Amino acid sequence: MREVAVVGVGLTQFGERWDTSFRNLFVEAGAKALEDAGMSGDQIDEMFIGNMSGGRFVLQEHIGALIADHAGLTKNHIPATRVEAACASGGLAFRQAYATVASGMQDIVIAGGVEKMTDVGGSETTDALAGAADREWEGLAGATFPGLYAMIATDYMNRYGLTREQLAMVSVKNHRNGVHNPIAQYRKEITVEDVMRSTLVADPLRLLDCSPVTDGAAAVILCPMEMAREFTDTPVKVLASSQASDTISLHDRRDFSTLDATVAAGRRAFKQASLTPKDIGMVEVHDCFTIAELCAIEDLGFCVKGEAGKLTEDGQTAIGGSIPVNTSGGLKSCGHPVGATGIKQVCEIVSQLRGEAVGRQVDAEIGMTHNVGGTGATVVCNILGV
Amino acid sequence: MVGIITYGAYIPRYRIKTEEIARVWGANGPEIAAGLGVKEKSVPDLDEDTITMSVEAARYALARRDIPRDAIGAIYVGSESHPYAVKPSSATVGEAIGATPVMTAADFEFACKAGTAGIQTCMGMVKSGMIEYGCAIGADTAQGAPGDALEYTASAGGAAIFIGNEKPIAEINHTCSFTTDTPDFWRREGQIYPSHGGRFSGDPAYFKHVQGAAHLMLDQMGTEPSDYDYAIFHQPNAKFPRRVSKMLGFTAEQIGPGLAVPRLGNTYSGAVPVGISATLDVAKPGDRIFVTSYGSGAGSDAFDITVTDVIESDIFNRSAAPTVEELLANGKYLDYALYAKHKGKIVMQ
Amino acid sequence: MSVPRYWRKQQNRYNLKGNRCETCGRYFFPPRAICPECRREGKIVDYEFSGNGTVRTFTVIRTASDDYDIQTPYAIAIIELEEGTCMTAQVICEPDEMYIGMPVKRVFRKVISEGDSGVIVYGTKFVPA
Repeated sequence: MREVAVVGVGLTQFGERWDTSFRNLFVEAGAKALEDAGMSGDQIDEMFIGNMSGGRFVLQEHIGALIADHAGLTKNHIPATRVEAACASGGLAFRQAYATVASGMQDIVIAGGVEKMTDVGGSETTDALAGAADREWEGLAGATFPGLYAMIATDYMNRYGLTREQLAMVSVKNHRNGVHNPIAQYRKEITVEDVMRSTLVADPLRLLDCSPVTDGAAAVILCPMEMAREFTDTPVKVLASSQASDTISLHDRRDFSTLDATVAAGRRAFKQASLTPKDIGMVEVHDCFTIAELCAIEDLGFCVKGEAGKLTEDGQTAIGGSIPVNTSGGLKSCGHPVGATGIKQVCEIVSQLRGEAVGRQVDAEIGMTHNVGGTGATVVCNILGV
Repeated sequence: MVGIITYGAYIPRYRIKTEEIARVWGANGPEIAAGLGVKEKSVPDLDEDTITMSVEAARYALARRDIPRDAIGAIYVGSESHPYAVKPSSATVGEAIGATPVMTAADFEFACKAGTAGIQTCMGMVKSGMIEYGCAIGADTAQGAPGDALEYTASAGGAAIFIGNEKPIAEINHTCSFTTDTPDFWRREGQIYPSHGGRFSGDPAYFKHVQGAAHLMLDQMGTEPSDYDYAIFHQPNAKFPRRVSKMLGFTAEQIGPGLAVPRLGNTYSGAVPVGISATLDVAKPGDRIFVTSYGSGAGSDAFDITVTDVIESDIFNRSAAPTVEELLANGKYLDYALYAKHKGKIVMQ
Repeated sequence: MSVPRYWRKQQNRYNLKGNRCETCGRYFFPPRAICPECRREGKIVDYEFSGNGTVRTFTVIRTASDDYDIQTPYAIAIIELEEGTCMTAQVICEPDEMYIGMPVKRVFRKVISEGDSGVIVYGTKFVPA
């Protein structure tokens, strides 16, 4: 296996992109990534696209070909594959692209993610997202996606004494970080009171505990490390890319407050890179709901189970703390275009490691990403370094 | 001897008071409550219907006495509010109590006597040896048009009566019926609410048919009202059964236990089956019970029943399911707005 | 979902029919084709659950998709059935009566109805025991 580098990144503005279609969202991100790499589209050998629900949101399948076509890449008939693992679709695309380059099968591969969520109404969105869980045995019973994470929160709060205010502090921190992220959907600070006053979605989770519905796309370009300097002066090396699965339903999990797939993927990534949590300078975790960030911090090994609330309250996960989490603003503040998030996380770590994260810069040489599908049925972790 | 093998009733936990309905329509609540003899009625939950109530009633019956499920040969659900116009409630009940697939089923309609019609059918099938056990259910989520007199009494509930030959808890000595074509109360296909003939539904309808069937029974059995310990009559309100029982010569004590309407309302096809359940909840071996149902359109089914020792034996566990009294207790009261939401009376689109 | 999909799992929803692995003793509801422990070595047999259980965790759903919205707010819980396996279901009670550890028993209720002309799907929900 040879070493792989990220040589180009591109992100669209995340938000309600009424004027931009599904396919054009990705073209925007892809073009930016090529621009960033100083590369021509003709140089791309293969494409992996993460997308959860093209079929529901825009009634479109065959997304690999669609995106390759509109990106102008079918002229060279490149292999184009859509991968899906609900909210971890982007992470999957990255790992597949990484493996393709690392194995020597291809040289230059683009990993992208895109989701266009706002073309349908709220009820349809709620229903589509329930497909990330078990439709037959969780969705049909009336459990919504926020409802499932709310049950994780209820279990966690009961066992570890986490307070509602500590949970709210996760959103507050992420919004503060998002102010400095030009592509974020929300770039406004909020307070703990704002979170506590926001409307209940599924007890105990309130509106401001939940990541929003967002349109967006992201793309990164990978190539062998030995080729990287042709494209950039600041290549970022992929030190590890790991993936793990777990039961689709929350009710079949070993422990409702621990995502075992995060534990497994995290351990695999650290092993691949020969590193430990102490070596990580900053981490992008999957904060689809505030409780998810706390579980992620613990399950990746950054602190003991039950302590992440205190860690957050003490400011250790803020920029300047001992382990900055979600310097991008996380899913909460950037928004969560489902398929794009896993790639956006990589873009953020690359920007950080290149020293280009203006206003939210952390001085570090190694960063990590953590992307979750559903309530923890799929997890992808990547470690990147300079 | 053919008889009742086990029984179970089901009543939803929500209630609305007569006075609360009257308040909305600007009527005199206490006066109406007194006139009808109904002070409150049951209201189904948002996720309850005739099928769910029938299943709960049948499961309660089977909790009292476990019948081998593959020996249940027929299931008939009688109702005016089957959830489907076409797709039998009885098939879903069969599936939910494990009686499928070797059985027959059909849904009955004869206004409020659809449940007792099912009892008669099961009796015939058992007596002829066609089936070992049959299940007759009468249940309704009754509807009354907003502002109409029926709205004060149309309620929700039902009961399941299992019929068989083998050690019944009560033997059905005889059944007979009195039926004519009488347009006292009807609902056309596609209409949400029934229509009725007002005062016409009294003498020419309820009273004529109940007395018709009751007299037939007393004549055919050679009995008098005083030969019975209990009597159950169809109860669209409390007034009608009190009056008809008096006319026939039954006493207030006899009809007492089987008269649930003052606190339940009229569960239409469920009314007499629930009345039978309430009576069996307190009956002792040797008690004799007189039953006459009434269904608009119109007809009455009468039954002469004698309770056996089996009701107090160890093959029948009466306390394994809630009594009608227990089901009526601890109701949760709704105001008219929530009641309308529960009954689908609010136009949603 | 679709009519055949609702029908296929009817018995499971109505009667809590799941299965168990005779080889390792694990119980499954919802039912599984393969035991995760034993895989192809596991002997799977049908099993009908009692319907008695305990609330392990819960939430109150305040926003739901159209088919469920009329019932909001409603409680959803992960219930540990007395045989030892967990399932997700609605618990019918006042939301503020819910608590972790609450004993529950099964009831038969409507799950959803596909508008005014589609099928009505029935299944098992729970009430405080």
